[in-house]
Amino acid sequence: MSLWDLALAIAPELIIALGATELLLHAAWGKDRARTSRTVAILAVGLLALATLSLLGPAHHAGPLLEGQYRADMFAAFAKAIIFPSAAVAILAAHNWFDRGTEHGAEYPVLILFSAIGMAVMVSSTNLITLYVGLELQSLAAYVLASYRRSDERSAEAGLKYFVLGALASGILLYGISLLYGFTGTMSFTGIAAAFARDGVQSIGLLFGLVFLLAGIAFKVSAVPFHMWTPDVYEGAPTPVTAFFASAPKVAAVLLGTRVCLDAFGPAIDAWRQIIIFAALASIFLGAIAAYGQTNIKRLLAYSSINNIGFALIGLAAGGIAGASSVLFYMAVYVVMTLGAFLCVLWMRGQDGEPVENIHSLAGLSQTRPGLAAAIAIFMFSLAGIPPLFGFWPKLLVFNAAVEAGLVALAVAGIVGTVVGAYYYLKIVKIMYFDDPAEPFARLRQPLQGALILLAAVIVSPLGYLLIGPLGSFADRAAGSLF
Amino acid sequence: MTGLPLLTLLIAIPLVAGIVCLFVRADAARWIALIATLANLALGAWMWGLYDPEGPQWQFVENVALGGEIAWALGIDGIALMLIMLSVFLMPICIGASWRAIDRRVPEYMSAFLLMEALMVGVFTAQDLFLFYIFFEGGLIPMYLIIGIWGGAERIKASYKFFLYTLLGSVLMLIAMLYMVAEAGTTAIPELMAHDFPADAQRWLWLAFFASFAVKLPMWPVHTWLPDAHVQAPTAGSVILAGVLLKMGGYGFIRFSLPMFPEGSAMFVPFVFVLSGIAVIYTSLVALVQRDMKKLIAYSSVAHMAFVTFGLFAFNRQGIEGAMIVMLSHGLVSGALFLCVGVIYDRMHTREIERYGGVSNNMPGYALLFMLFTMAAVGLPGTSGFVGEFLSLVGTYKASSWAAIVGTTGIILGAAYMLWLYWRIAFGAARTKEAAAMPDLSGREWWLLAPIGAVVLWMGVYPESFMRPIRADVGRLVERIERAAPEGDARLTAGSPEAAAAADDHATEGAH
Repeated sequence: MSLWDLALAIAPELIIALGATELLLHAAWGKDRARTSRTVAILAVGLLALATLSLLGPAHHAGPLLEGQYRADMFAAFAKAIIFPSAAVAILAAHNWFDRGTEHGAEYPVLILFSAIGMAVMVSSTNLITLYVGLELQSLAAYVLASYRRSDERSAEAGLKYFVLGALASGILLYGISLLYGFTGTMSFTGIAAAFARDGVQSIGLLFGLVFLLAGIAFKVSAVPFHMWTPDVYEGAPTPVTAFFASAPKVAAVLLGTRVCLDAFGPAIDAWRQIIIFAALASIFLGAIAAYGQTNIKRLLAYSSINNIGFALIGLAAGGIAGASSVLFYMAVYVVMTLGAFLCVLWMRGQDGEPVENIHSLAGLSQTRPGLAAAIAIFMFSLAGIPPLFGFWPKLLVFNAAVEAGLVALAVAGIVGTVVGAYYYLKIVKIMYFDDPAEPFARLRQPLQGALILLAAVIVSPLGYLLIGPLGSFADRAAGSLF
Repeated sequence: MTGLPLLTLLIAIPLVAGIVCLFVRADAARWIALIATLANLALGAWMWGLYDPEGPQWQFVENVALGGEIAWALGIDGIALMLIMLSVFLMPICIGASWRAIDRRVPEYMSAFLLMEALMVGVFTAQDLFLFYIFFEGGLIPMYLIIGIWGGAERIKASYKFFLYTLLGSVLMLIAMLYMVAEAGTTAIPELMAHDFPADAQRWLWLAFFASFAVKLPMWPVHTWLPDAHVQAPTAGSVILAGVLLKMGGYGFIRFSLPMFPEGSAMFVPFVFVLSGIAVIYTSLVALVQRDMKKLIAYSSVAHMAFVTFGLFAFNRQGIEGAMIVMLSHGLVSGALFLCVGVIYDRMHTREIERYGGVSNNMPGYALLFMLFTMAAVGLPGTSGFVGEFLSLVGTYKASSWAAIVGTTGIILGAAYMLWLYWRIAFGAARTKEAAAMPDLSGREWWLLAPIGAVVLWMGVYPESFMRPIRADVGRLVERIERAAPEGDARLTAGSPEAAAAADDHATEGAH
């Protein structure tokens, strides 16, 4: 393979890496702060768009690269096709957000770009070291992003908390990697899969390695019991950053977990399936029950994301092409719903322009701001998985995969979890539609964010069912490239 | 047959009108809603005219693949046709009933009702399993909003209870559907209706579907959401709830439980009969002691729905046809009774039976119509209630005489609470000054109640109009489930009297 072929195969990562480095310099030496941050944001979105387009090239079919450390296949392309646009939305969502504080807004898009490269590496990695490098690149950028409003105590606390717990998780992950390496003698996924196929999981060291690796990944996807950081970090981080955390990194981590489980640990499905099933059910029920008492909308959405990840894990537990395809489909729709919901949270500003996060400030929103209320209601019903909204379909797919894999009891338990979870989504709708109006929010002129909310709302509306055909076949092909 | 996609139009008209309503003022929204529902009624009537009772089982079929495991597949048989007619007939009446009674957030209200209509028609027309589920569940959202925004004092609790109760019932059905699709390899309802699932799987599938339909219908003991929802919902909401939403449960039994799981259904016949028997007696007794008019009618709905389950699980033609007619008749009669309650509630703003009395003096027109509907609820011959209850009990008697005895007892109790209700409201002297001062029906109210009264009499005097479209489909259903039909205890056989004895009898009779 010539250098040029390699460059084409990793074009998305190259575009973002080179562009981000340039933008970093621009951000550091730009004269006019407001103008610089504007230009950098626009260019960053452009880079992400370019990177997404470059997936049409060899980046989606080149296969194994760099001696099997990296893989540019359909699966990675699907993941990147979700990750890059969500990162772009996170940049657009922050438009005007940081101008009010003392921070330099221009570094925010750059950090997102670095994080995006990390995520791209995560979903393409077929080697434990590549996996670790990608994960750390993504996380380091994320730690900085969480504490981006450094003058705000909550933001600083969120960053510190995220860093300490994240470092612990990285340690666990590394320990797992070292055990796997020690007992199989290889870092590559194919080699590990061959070792599992040959010896099974008889060696206790191998089993420990598997468990530790999965624990590290579970921390990144914030699956129960490694979810404790999520509500605190989501609450403390600036809202655009929270929107970012809840979307792209989740997708990257879930899909990384999917590749690890189905590829590297493929022959050991009996060993990891019970772990995933436990994490799935625990996430669904804890996410649903713990959200009951929340009054902060960002904490509530944090539990909602824990709950939703649980459903994606049901698809993973099912395994096989159908299971992997349902996970991909689920994450694609999940990202749209979550970003839509957080974009709506960005509109929650008091009369003085300060962000409001208490859910009771939404009271009677349907009378003061009917459009915004309708959008939030659509996202809530969709996150709850109530038909005819599109959020129902991915849930149906994961349950379908579980039933086809013979895990009927898991599907029944999961679906009962949707009813438990429906309660707090209904609570938001109740506050907006049934309660008397509270003090209205400030009127903002944010046409761009408004258009994004509209787009997300249209996708999760029943019109989204028209996407089942194309998105479904894309997910099927992506899942097929794993096997 | 026409080239027009009639069923899609029936769904699209209210849907589009519902979206338009959101962007206009209150008065315009009222008119748009009325015109759209009347247009749907006209379209429905036209479709009834085009429907060929001797034709193929599925008519007006449309099928557009959407990719994945779902298709926009629509089509109706006679059973669905009748239920669609019921929905489109009640809808304009609901809009009319809300014309003045709703003065807050009218555009959203009309929009919710139109959305509801689109989803209801969707439920009865869907021929794809998942499409059916989407319509079936989708109805929860508008109804949740209708109860929660425009309901009475306890509306929040009632709306939550309605939503979560029915949702929990339905999600188990979804798992069963996934299993069925994996097993049969198709999502088309007509194909699934002909697929023979293994008998031991049928038991679980039947239970999962039962969980959903029994809550929706509702059957004792999962009926407790119904009185709350009915009492708190605005009048038109109660009409739609009782008139159409409850019928989705019965429709589900006819369309899914019986033809798809005949052996499973047969196994649970005693179970269904016991629950229905308890429902008839228990809810009738509960209805007797209610002080709230709407609650009384809500409990009477549960009792009437028990006749539906009795008839359906009798596994014979009379029972199933009777159940169908009970559903249609109950849809009209309970809808009308809720409207009657609404009429006097709009004047006095209380549902306490104690506060009324003697309204026949100052509201003769109202008393007349109210009596007609009371009699129809009791099942007086000549009204629609009689036809349905009689047929369904004849069918039940063939299957189990005990069930029939309990069922007929329910009719007596039904007469007791309905007549007592009528007596306390219409006769005697007015108990309060306000009750004595209520004016008689306005022109608008006549327009709401008189058409229902006419159809109730039509169905009672000439039920053939309503039986003809469903006859062939009930025949197919009976044929399908015959192999599993449990043996009844009646064992009716036509005797062959001796010629001489017969002549003797005749002679003695003549002598008298």
